[in-house]
Amino acid sequence: MRAGQQTTDIGSVLTFPHGVHPPEYKELSCTRPIERVPFVDEYTLPLGQHIGAPSRPVVRVGQVVRRGELIAEPVGFVSVGLHSPVDGTVTAIELVDHQNGQLVEGIRIRTDRFSPQVFPPREAINPSTLTRDELIRGIQMAGIVGMGGAAFPAHVKFSLKPDQSVRILMLNGCECEPFLTCDHRVMLEQAEALLDGTMILAGFLHPERIAIAVEANKADAIKVLRQEVARQGIPVEVIPLEVKYPQGAEKMMISAILGEEVPSGKLPIDVGAMVSNVGTAVAISEYFRTGKPLMERVVTVSGTALARPTNVLVPIGTPMQAVVDFCGGITHPEPRILLGGPMMGMVQKNLDVPVMKGTSGILVLTDREVVDPVTYSCIRCGRCVDACPIFLNPARLGLLARKGLWLEMEEQHVMDCFECGSCSFICPSAIPLVQSFRVAKGLLREKKIREQTNQ
Amino acid sequence: MTLSMMKTIISSSPFLRSGLSTPRIMWEVVITLVPVVGMAAWVFGISALLMTLVCVLACWMAERIFLPPAPGASVLGDGSAVITGILLALCLPPGFPFWMAFLGGFVAIALGKAMWGGLGHNVFNPALLGRAFLQAAFPGAITTWSAPATSFFALRGSNLALPFLKGESVDAMTGATPLSAMKFTHQAADWQDLLIGQVSGSLGETSGGLFLLLGLYLAWRGLINWRIPVGMIATVGLFSGILYWIDPAHYAPPQFMILAGGLMLGAVYMATDLVSSPLTHKGIWIYAVGIGILVVMIRVWGGLPEGVMYAILLMNAVTPLINRALPTRVYGHASPTS
Ligand code: SF4
Ligand code: SF4
Repeated sequence: MRAGQQTTDIGSVLTFPHGVHPPEYKELSCTRPIERVPFVDEYTLPLGQHIGAPSRPVVRVGQVVRRGELIAEPVGFVSVGLHSPVDGTVTAIELVDHQNGQLVEGIRIRTDRFSPQVFPPREAINPSTLTRDELIRGIQMAGIVGMGGAAFPAHVKFSLKPDQSVRILMLNGCECEPFLTCDHRVMLEQAEALLDGTMILAGFLHPERIAIAVEANKADAIKVLRQEVARQGIPVEVIPLEVKYPQGAEKMMISAILGEEVPSGKLPIDVGAMVSNVGTAVAISEYFRTGKPLMERVVTVSGTALARPTNVLVPIGTPMQAVVDFCGGITHPEPRILLGGPMMGMVQKNLDVPVMKGTSGILVLTDREVVDPVTYSCIRCGRCVDACPIFLNPARLGLLARKGLWLEMEEQHVMDCFECGSCSFICPSAIPLVQSFRVAKGLLREKKIREQTNQ
Repeated sequence: MTLSMMKTIISSSPFLRSGLSTPRIMWEVVITLVPVVGMAAWVFGISALLMTLVCVLACWMAERIFLPPAPGASVLGDGSAVITGILLALCLPPGFPFWMAFLGGFVAIALGKAMWGGLGHNVFNPALLGRAFLQAAFPGAITTWSAPATSFFALRGSNLALPFLKGESVDAMTGATPLSAMKFTHQAADWQDLLIGQVSGSLGETSGGLFLLLGLYLAWRGLINWRIPVGMIATVGLFSGILYWIDPAHYAPPQFMILAGGLMLGAVYMATDLVSSPLTHKGIWIYAVGIGILVVMIRVWGGLPEGVMYAILLMNAVTPLINRALPTRVYGHASPTS
């Protein structure tokens, strides 16, 4: 199943079957080095920044906190720590605006204006002296989540069950979403830390193979990583993958590199693959080498309606408005603001919400890129069938969705759809395919829960 | 669907769209048909242009009457009715009465498309359905072939025949088409003539070479699925090649079978109609090979000299079955589901 091998100056390029080629728009920001956003007066940290149980505050209102200090602790295993991004004072623990439009519990911190805001140095921990459990606990307390956007607690993913083993540890540097360039810049500018974090992970996951997968449009990053691998003399492969969406999806990376499929309903680890975002590996290195928890992250701020697209290092909790202002502000009267990439991200109406751990991109677009197209009926062109990376028949599913035939959709494996949006992107009739599959999946999940509770 | 469902649908990703919209696809196909009509006009004179105009007008009118355009869409429509009109004209003989052509165009849209629920819902290619209607209604007129025009402006008298007058004024210059010559007198035309189009036949049964070029362009632009013409032509070539090899005195050579009649027009423009061809690659191959086999069978053993139209219509009828019955395997599943 290794389709589309081709040769370039970075070597042969692997990929998965199907997929689409959206316009990339990466040139807006891919050459812009990561800039630090200046500190602002107030930070807002929702307690639920990650998938799983929200953290529990360990500070009181009025308490003085240091930069990098733990302000909320994990509750249970699927939960992580939360840290203050600045030296300052806790001003409130109250309901705050979340990116998803809801009010959630959060901590507000007023910045100490006179503090130099340096991170108090701490002695490096040698990860090789720690047990696996200590490492897992460390990653959890450091608040590290998957940096690709889903914000799933990293330590949960890295905890293997006794019968699981890692054949391949894959670092995901594909960054196949249009506009986003933060992983690209991280690979270029933080290659050393990235490889260090990778080797820390390898130290307790004991993979047979270690690979960093990068889409071929980031040839400079591939070269830098290969040089750094050679310099450190470590057994890491840097694998170029074809520029194609959704190449960065875990299943698609596994198809491309291993030529295998993850069985329906299973996880990559069930075929021996552990996939982690490159930014996550950098965060792990930083934590063990300097003690710095996840309190800031690299974000791509881009779009055609933004004065100065670039990549920024932002303290978690910074209001988005401040980040957008730092990038020159918005140049269009009616901008369309998205969080994440345009293929899987979400609309953001309100810029007063904070940057969170899962925020990989803030895009300010116009109605030229984000169109509300006229919808026609399905012309059975089959483009969606050729696009779907998991070989569903979106045309047929779309027809069933229109009629509300959710159970038939389940039979046609709608639950396997991972909502990459390729079908909707390619459909010439602009039929809301993935959009209606989301609705169907939600309803089917609800139905299942109802059935289980009724028993 | 409820209103709140519609809301979540509209405001959710993906926010980017590929540039190729349905009307764009249709109009691009229309543009590629311009040289075909031009070629027909060059070979058959001004009748070809007028015939095209009449058919397009009829289709467009039927579309406006029966199928109101989607909100926000242009009054010109999505272009699909224009394609139907041009394609219908291309499978009519040059001396065909205009009033019949108009009726054919109207029926093509009314019965071939509107009755099914509009664009995307029809099972049969509307142009071919219109053509089949005309074949049934006016069997005499539709098999009256005239030789290529002597002068561009020489309008054929039969073009202007009035509706329902008995005693069709049959064109004096009737010329047998290459296929009927083959069928009934076993004379195969020179294939070079077929390639450049200097033969008598329907308006679109002219230059095989032109369709080859257009087919390549359409496939490169992704406007047609290349598997359909390739599968059809390869099947016809192979099947008729075997027959020719068995008995060259009785059967036509494969290059003749490929270039004669409406095969090239059918392979590039008719069978590739998105709506009436299968969704998946596997299905497309079955469909294309099926048409190829049927074309040869009808031409060689059937009662008609030409079989492309019926072959495509028959496989159109099978398409919903192919779409439904062909098992596909979803990623991560061991066995296919249907
Ligand atoms: S059906 Fe689901 S998985 Fe397939 S292309 Fe559409 S969104 Fe992606
Ligand atoms: S891409 Fe759109 S129009 Fe084409 S088959 Fe799929 S749903 Fe139908």
